Amino acid sequence: MSGAVDLSPRVPAVRRIGPALGSDPLLASLVVLVLAAALGLVLLQPAPYLVNMVGQLAAFAILAVSLDLVWGYLGILSLGHGLFFAIGGYVCAMHLLAHAYAVTGTAPDLMQFMGWKSLPAYWTGLTSAPYALVLALGLAAAVAFVFGLASFRSRVNGVYFSIISQALVYVAMLLMFRNDTGLGGNNGMTGFSVLFGWPMGSPGVVTGLAVAALLTLAGVLVGAKVLVASPIGRRMLACRDDEARLRTLGYSTTRLKLGIWCLSAVIAALAGLLYVPQVGIINPRVLSPDLSIEIAVWVAIGGMGRLGGAVIGAVAVNALKFWLSAAMPEAWPFILSGLVLAVVLGLPNGLLDLAALRLRPASLKPTSLKPTWLRRGGGLR
Amino acid sequence: MSALVVDSLSVVFGAFRALDGLSLAVDAGEVRAVIGPNGAGKTTLLDAITGITRPRSGRIVLGDGLDLTQHGEAAIARAGVRRKFQKPSVFPALTVRENLSLGCGPGCPPGAQADRIAAALAETGLEARAGALAGALAHGEKQWLEIGMVLASEPRVILLDEPVAGLSDAETARTAELIATLRRPDRAILVIEHDMAFVEAVADRVTVLHEGRTLFEGGMAAARADARVIEVFLGR
Ligand SMILES: Nc1ncnc2c1ncn2[C@@H]1O[C@H](COP(=O)(O)OP(=O)(O)O)[C@@H](O)[C@H]1O
Ligand SMILES: [Mg+2]
Repeated sequence: MSGAVDLSPRVPAVRRIGPALGSDPLLASLVVLVLAAALGLVLLQPAPYLVNMVGQLAAFAILAVSLDLVWGYLGILSLGHGLFFAIGGYVCAMHLLAHAYAVTGTAPDLMQFMGWKSLPAYWTGLTSAPYALVLALGLAAAVAFVFGLASFRSRVNGVYFSIISQALVYVAMLLMFRNDTGLGGNNGMTGFSVLFGWPMGSPGVVTGLAVAALLTLAGVLVGAKVLVASPIGRRMLACRDDEARLRTLGYSTTRLKLGIWCLSAVIAALAGLLYVPQVGIINPRVLSPDLSIEIAVWVAIGGMGRLGGAVIGAVAVNALKFWLSAAMPEAWPFILSGLVLAVVLGLPNGLLDLAALRLRPASLKPTSLKPTWLRRGGGLR
Repeated sequence: MSALVVDSLSVVFGAFRALDGLSLAVDAGEVRAVIGPNGAGKTTLLDAITGITRPRSGRIVLGDGLDLTQHGEAAIARAGVRRKFQKPSVFPALTVRENLSLGCGPGCPPGAQADRIAAALAETGLEARAGALAGALAHGEKQWLEIGMVLASEPRVILLDEPVAGLSDAETARTAELIATLRRPDRAILVIEHDMAFVEAVADRVTVLHEGRTLFEGGMAAARADARVIEVFLGR
């Protein structure tokens, strides 16, 4: 699982890309596929709704990878990752509104709704895209840092951590439902008309956004693979399987977990940032506990702890959802539950088990009988 | 000179005193065995030394004066105190080589890591298994890998909790040889074991623990002749 890559910490990151991807042909092909999709969108110019759908799927895939990094590799199941996704999304929405206001001079609905004459002080600077990017990622990292530090230092682990993370996203949802928060309340924010000066719905912008999401996904996959194939990746697996033991080898697991946790939050925020301009709206429902649980479902269905699995799970489930929620929306919860049951019972390591069976018909044995998330590191003594 | 001093250490679980004012000093260059019936507090002693369990009172001091009771597990390990657990504790999802590289510890200079891993592989006889997943090793090999992980960090205090439990006679003899090679003038080794023949083979002195207290301390031959020791071991 950890591969044969054994590089000393001194090798620069760029020189690790080749060996890291070489050790994981499935992921390498996935990256090629994502890049090919980006090229295909530019060259073939399919129907905008299709382009938009691919772009949204890419954003979900990034979100799933961010969760896999902490859950699959570090054993931290967050049921609140929607929070970081929402931070990226909300800051992006604020930028889009501020930008559109500056360009068109038309006050956004939000201003009329709140009775504002001008945008309040905390919107200052949000007309600038680079500032919005830094703010979104920095805010996600800061929230993750505070929450992570409090939890990891007091050694809140396992299901307790999951429950608290879920509570956190729920509290955030209640907060954002309030109108006086000044971020659109119940209605959220919408009516984004301009992106970098271009009209929002134009085919060029739609394609540009989807390509940006795909390229980001490819970059996140390569970066995450290099990370998990590095010495830090070995520490992550060791921490997942037996944190107490890793500590007795001299490693500060709090620092390790905190670092990866914040990185994961930043990646999730990036996904939210790319998602919101593509759906054209953000509201507190991205903070609903259901969505956060669903992210874990994507990862479990695809196969956790292998990055590629997260992408496959997110794309498969959401493509099915796009199709079915148009065809028969009322059936969706049942189908999702059925999928979860089928995977848990039949493919304990997710859809990637199918791929493994195809690639190595000789070894029909799944990698392990127990899913990784049920394998717990034994106590010491 | 003492490399590790345990000074009137008490560990309490609820109303139960697992360690009751225990004192113990291990010299640099010494191999000390700690024996005692099940439940005597041997593992608890190692838990206290490695920071896993906080003592109620008492001190645990390294040769340079560092009081281990004031530090966490990771800091204690970085100070050069390493332990092999009673239950083999290797990382099953990582290879033997990767386990050893983790064993080197975070303070290991990057240039030294390859040499240390090679040395640990050679000393534990696991060269041929370097690429195997640790989860796939036999019980004896796991024990040796764990000793190799201790070795790779070049520790100054080594704690071994029942290193030959569940091993065959041949494997036990092999482990005794391995422990003999761990001995260094600037290193203290503390071995917990039930197997008397093994203790006699590896240890300079023996401390007999009973109900959280020292019952006897001295040579193995004297321990065998001591009336209280005989009573505790035969009276069970
Ligand atoms: N975490 C704990 N909580 C309560 N009791 C414990 C704990 N750890 C050990 N004990 C008790 O302390 C005593 C000593 O245990 P231990 O040190 O494991 O003995 P041994 O000498 O066999 O290694 C035993 O009676 C054990 O039940
Ligand atoms: Mg014990």
